[in-house]
Amino acid sequence: MLKTMLRRAGKFAAIAAAGLVMSAQAAEPIKIGSFLSVTGPASFLGDPELKTLEMYVEKINESGGVLGRPLELIHYDDVGNASSARNFASRLIRSDRVDIIVGGSTTGATMAAVPLVEQAKIPFISLAGAVVITTPVKEWVFKTPQSDRMAAERILSDMKERGITKIGLISGTDGFGASGRTQTLEVAKELGVEILADVTYSGSDTDMTAQLTNIRNTQGVEGVLNFGFGQGPAIVTRNYAQLGIKLPFYQSHGVASDGFLDLAGASAEGLRLPASPLLVPDSLPEDDPQKEVVQTYKAEYEARWNAKVSTFGAYAYDGLMLAVKAIEAAGSTEPEAVRKALENIQGHVGVTGEFNMSPEDHNGLKADSFRILEVQNGAWKLIN
Amino acid sequence: MFSEFLQYLFTGITIGATYALIALGFTLIYNASHVINFAQGEFLMIGGMATVSLMAMGVPMLLAIILAVVLAGVLGILLQRFAIAPAKQADVVTLIIITIGASIFIRGLAQLVWGKEYHVMPNFSSDEPIRIFGAVLNSQSLWVLGIGAILVVGLVLFFTRTLIGKAILATSMNKEAARLVGIRTQLVLMLAFMVSALLGSVAGVVVAPITFTSYDIGIMLGLKGFVAAAIGGLGSGVGAVVGGLLLGVVEAMAAGYISSDYKDAVAFSMILVVLFFMPRGLFGAKVVERV
Amino acid sequence: MVNRFMQSRLRDLVFLAIILFALPAFLSNPFHYDLATQMAIIAATVVGLNLLVGFAGQISLGHAGFFGLGAYFSGIMTGSYGWSSIPALLVGAVLVGIIAWIVGRPILRLKGHYLSMATLAVGFIIAIIINNETWLTGGPDGMPVPSLDIFGWELSPFGSYSLFGMELDGNQAWYLFAALVLLVAVWFAQNLIDSPIGRALRSVHGSEVAARVVGVNTASYKSLVFVISAIYASLMGGLYAHFQGFITPAVAAFDFSIVLITMVVLGGMGSTMGVILGAVVLKLLPQVLADFQELETVMFGLILMLTMIFMPKGLLPTIQMAVSKRMKKKAGGQA
Repeated sequence: MLKTMLRRAGKFAAIAAAGLVMSAQAAEPIKIGSFLSVTGPASFLGDPELKTLEMYVEKINESGGVLGRPLELIHYDDVGNASSARNFASRLIRSDRVDIIVGGSTTGATMAAVPLVEQAKIPFISLAGAVVITTPVKEWVFKTPQSDRMAAERILSDMKERGITKIGLISGTDGFGASGRTQTLEVAKELGVEILADVTYSGSDTDMTAQLTNIRNTQGVEGVLNFGFGQGPAIVTRNYAQLGIKLPFYQSHGVASDGFLDLAGASAEGLRLPASPLLVPDSLPEDDPQKEVVQTYKAEYEARWNAKVSTFGAYAYDGLMLAVKAIEAAGSTEPEAVRKALENIQGHVGVTGEFNMSPEDHNGLKADSFRILEVQNGAWKLIN
Repeated sequence: MFSEFLQYLFTGITIGATYALIALGFTLIYNASHVINFAQGEFLMIGGMATVSLMAMGVPMLLAIILAVVLAGVLGILLQRFAIAPAKQADVVTLIIITIGASIFIRGLAQLVWGKEYHVMPNFSSDEPIRIFGAVLNSQSLWVLGIGAILVVGLVLFFTRTLIGKAILATSMNKEAARLVGIRTQLVLMLAFMVSALLGSVAGVVVAPITFTSYDIGIMLGLKGFVAAAIGGLGSGVGAVVGGLLLGVVEAMAAGYISSDYKDAVAFSMILVVLFFMPRGLFGAKVVERV
Repeated sequence: MVNRFMQSRLRDLVFLAIILFALPAFLSNPFHYDLATQMAIIAATVVGLNLLVGFAGQISLGHAGFFGLGAYFSGIMTGSYGWSSIPALLVGAVLVGIIAWIVGRPILRLKGHYLSMATLAVGFIIAIIINNETWLTGGPDGMPVPSLDIFGWELSPFGSYSLFGMELDGNQAWYLFAALVLLVAVWFAQNLIDSPIGRALRSVHGSEVAARVVGVNTASYKSLVFVISAIYASLMGGLYAHFQGFITPAVAAFDFSIVLITMVVLGGMGSTMGVILGAVVLKLLPQVLADFQELETVMFGLILMLTMIFMPKGLLPTIQMAVSKRMKKKAGGQA
């Protein structure tokens, strides 16, 4: 009885919330479902993603919605736990009956929800980056971030251009870091780069001097790559500077944000990483197709939330815009039509890159959508 | 070779000092009331976060620190008064769950008030690392060790020289007897929590420049502090300090020499080894079980 | 005769069965069944944990480790090595039982907080190993798990089945299965509690010294209940893995251990039905609070604190006491 009472209370609360969201229009809303890691160890990802989704759903509704119907965002917080993510995906699909899902901040959360999405035959645009999400291609699953493999390719290529062929690798033991490490090891073999030292740290660690000392004392290391996200890489960067290691230092796209510069401070000077042009919108040449989209997103986000913009929020932005574009192209929310429309999107200029989807490529980005940025005088500088 | 060892040692002692301070907080509350306060880590978090947010509002650093520490102290009193005291005859496990609930609650509030981002705090003194025999030491580490030592000495003096300190000890030894000699045990308990909170928050402030601070750093640090307290022997101040330092050093050595993947596993295995040979921790009191 | 029935241990089991089979009348969509199935599996897990914590009085803060081991053993054996589910579950249970026995002997000599510390350490070590051995476990990003197959017959949340002429979808079929599993788990636990073993355990909880004085081999009984509760967790972990279809190292993590212990304490330590209620409430709470978004963490912590402060014996025992008080008043009034 307790259970039913609680469930009714939950239903009432949900209905009340939904009622507030829906505008006075009589047209039936298009339900966009989302499960994100808004709190917990991956809040670095989910928080800006949610803010972006909320903001742009509002904006789109203000200018008339999609196909004359308002958008309704139904979102849940999975606290970085894949099991919760799966449960909320189940709730979105079976209870809330959403038309499309834009969510899944982490790879674990995304992969846990994939069987449900495939069975329910609802389009799912993931905001997580591991290569396994879209390779092999799954009919109903798409993603907006570049894969970690592409990041590794971009970084290692840049290293080779600078003459670095033997490196030390330090990565986080979380999903992003571990997956990045695996991809780096594979890509390194292909490109002929040797990984002489391979150390890790966990997400809650507060000092990585020991691991870095290990790398420093390995003979022949010419450069160092740190694959991780959150505050870990900032601590690594500071320790790196403190130890006085002068070798070229690379970070992954996991820290492509101004927030990282705040944390790492002066010790970030000179490091390079692959990122979308979101951090250097004004450095883009005038004829760069991404310039306008990027500048607009950055300005709007920062004005609305009074917080620095982040590439993770951009994943959500691109995801939402792709969803809207597909629904408009399909002329309805019928799942198969939307899915086909998603697959056929070509030349969509997003913040993360230019998307060219196809039935074999549900990501639509190539490694060169990453730009190489370097930190100079405490600010991001576009190198490549 | 030697500089490598020295580097690991420095790292280990710095983080170990943090663990030691948190462990002292656990020990204090355990001594006074036999409660394991799983919210101890949150006092650390409050120290760091409150300082950072006050400084962002323009408050000068020293004042911000003092205010943050006072805030934590108040929170400690509130915790005891409203969460622990009402649950008078509760089971040990129930009390643990209450403190866990409290830590979740405090973390939730911190999240609402201060947001989820990580924040940086400037070093107290210079940003230049100190070089010793080829190893580097963050100047902030010296602050951690220094302030830690002062706090430990302060605590010892507090418990042996002041009346209030002795009252806390008396209450922990025998609550009824303490009441009989006129000690206001309820007040004493609140005081114990307050001192423990002050301890935790000072540790949080002093360590924040090294570790960054955010609403959830209390979780893992609090846990490691509990581990350190158990290794050293619950209820022993010396044990808490030794346990903390030992844990920190073992972690750093494991990360450097063995495998960074498994350094936490090594640390936890160490606990099992210690407890296997010394079931009450290194300095734990031999308790006579009354039947 | 009705009175004797009411007093017997059969009463609880029958009431539980009635609730479980009547529940579908209130569930309206596959998500509800999904949630209910998970509640049943986790409830069975905490019934096992309750034997250790509630009856024998030993605190374990690492129980999720055994759950995780069972989940991953099932996942790896059925996924990468093509084993059938039932053998994987059973062999997993045996292996976890052996691990629990080896680990338990030295650990259970410890008392109080030192014991909880040691169990915490064991849980963490298991979780770290699962997280790091990516070649075997898929690492922190997790691994998919094939559906449960009972000697060739596949039980999947995505299938459709028919029973006694009724059409059931996969979620409903799984719910029935989980409900049966829960009933068996409870029956076994109750038998254990009412047996000489159960009495020995309660004597250990009451006073270990006294029990030893009377000749009870406390060490081996504590070991036994530790192993039994670990086997419960392992079996349920395996079922959970098959049902969810995907597992990550989070199923062995400290956070989950805390959730399990909280379910036991919240529902009522030592009360088999109580811990089931605890499991239901704690599984339901995040769903209900989900609509509160930002306030979710704060409210969760607050509810936890207040419940434990005002109902320290747990939900069910407190409710039972309140109900029996009122019944006594009524009886007293009549007398």
